[in-house]
Amino acid sequence: MNWLDYNTQVVAGATALLGAAAGLAGCLLLLRRRALMGDALGHATLPGIAGAYLVSVALGGTGKEPWALLAGATVGALIGVVSVLAIRRGARVSDETAMAIVLGSFFGVGTALLTVIQATPGGHQAGLSSFILGHAASMVASDLRAASIVAVICVVLVVSLTKELRLLCFDTSFASSLGRPVRSLDALVLIIVTAVVVAGLQAVGLILILALLVLPATAARLCTDRFTTMLPLAAIMGSVSGVGGTLVSSFAPRLPTGPCIVLVAALLFVLALIFAPRRGIIARTLASRTFASRTLAPRAPEPHS
Amino acid sequence: MTGHSPATHHTQHRAVGCEHSEKSPLSIHALTVAYHRKPVLWDIDLDVPANSIVGVIGPNGAGKSTLLKACLGLIPISSGKVSVFGKPYAQQRALVGYVPQRESVDWDFPVTALEVVMMGTFGQLGLFHRAGKRERAKACEALDGVGLADEANSQIGQLSGGQQQRVFLARALAQSAQLYLMDEPFASVDAATEQSIIAVLRRMRSEGRTVIVVHHDLETAREFFDWVILLNTRVIAAGATAQTLTHERLRETYGGRLTLLDEAAQRMQKAQLG
Repeated sequence: MNWLDYNTQVVAGATALLGAAAGLAGCLLLLRRRALMGDALGHATLPGIAGAYLVSVALGGTGKEPWALLAGATVGALIGVVSVLAIRRGARVSDETAMAIVLGSFFGVGTALLTVIQATPGGHQAGLSSFILGHAASMVASDLRAASIVAVICVVLVVSLTKELRLLCFDTSFASSLGRPVRSLDALVLIIVTAVVVAGLQAVGLILILALLVLPATAARLCTDRFTTMLPLAAIMGSVSGVGGTLVSSFAPRLPTGPCIVLVAALLFVLALIFAPRRGIIARTLASRTFASRTLAPRAPEPHS
Repeated sequence: MTGHSPATHHTQHRAVGCEHSEKSPLSIHALTVAYHRKPVLWDIDLDVPANSIVGVIGPNGAGKSTLLKACLGLIPISSGKVSVFGKPYAQQRALVGYVPQRESVDWDFPVTALEVVMMGTFGQLGLFHRAGKRERAKACEALDGVGLADEANSQIGQLSGGQQQRVFLARALAQSAQLYLMDEPFASVDAATEQSIIAVLRRMRSEGRTVIVVHHDLETAREFFDWVILLNTRVIAAGATAQTLTHERLRETYGGRLTLLDEAAQRMQKAQLG
């Protein structure tokens, strides 16, 4: 990898690991029919980040300590999750509505706080808005470490709990009739997603992280009918997106890394949509043609006797 | 809750006497379930006889599925007690099998028929314990038992509705339970599937198990069930099918609406025959 500078290697490594974790977490969200949860979580990090900045400054800090900002993001995301669950239960609305409410209102609060911060002395230099669209080029070795920790935890949990997660996603009420800890497993899925979202803030930002959760998982779903194949496939597609996007942006330095990663993920999705066996557009067109030619073919005229 | 008169409508046959029996596979005492303070089930008292096929019959919204879910602890109960072979459900999970409504899951989910059936064995496995050869063999046997051995590796979305229903039944068989709660296993299946499902239920009964089935079709109810529970928020009647599934009781259960439909159907049948 001599042709890549050290910084690009760090970014590529981090985004590859992050992509793998996002692929796995995305599969769980998708199959649990909670894809929007990734988005709600992502947007809920913004007020957390802004709040952490304000607290840090109030305590005499610079407001730029990365650990403080990421801790704030985590707290924001977790409050977001709890709010979704509370709204769904309290207001008796669907998952989707509850997630939309949290997504919108948390992001609104975050944007308002950001505006306030930018009006304060030193506030516009805080670089908080880089979390919205990500700023991968600024990633350093410690970010790579954080991404690897998140990825390893993700893989270990998903692999060791595959059987339970599959049951949870497929048939929750049967799972709880068996006495499986359905709530804890659901919470675990959301914690994994939160970890991925927070770890991905710097690379792709809080808006585009949804794409990295959903695109590889959906593409993998198109390519296979097996849960146990879908998960590793989504992880690989997420990694390829991470590395691919980093390389593209390193060759075209004016292109930001986060959007490039998402574009590669979208490209993989489109390729899966077209070429996937059985579910792809080509396979389905061929299948329906064969079916039509078999059933609708004009019969040879019957000989008159 | 006022305006309720518990005694007048309680005409339940007590197959095992008034004392709730230790032997009863499912014993329900004074069970009430409410959503938004509106009772869905009101003061249910039942002792289901062992070794029988029991139908739960009633109009839409009568609380039939809710009854099963309340017994399984899937929804909170407002008051009352449910015991399975004399003990609370939480202690007896291994003895109870459950077949949810077919529409309650996504049949496009990326799993094979065999993988779904294997889920029936998870109750015996630890959280981090993987299903092994023994579980696989059990699942294969259960699939074979419902005549779907050939579809073991099919993705569940490729199966017909009747086959999907039988996959759920096989998953229940793989649970090796003593008491089964089934939510509309006969819903929208063809006549052949219906026969193969009832054959499986009869085999289960012959092995000493008890099966409780939420059911819609009154025509087949007489043929399928040894015992019926007529439910409309309250238990209208419960007992041996021949004595319980009477015109009067049904009218009481369906609140008059049934009679019209029933008579119309009978007239049409007669017209067709004549």
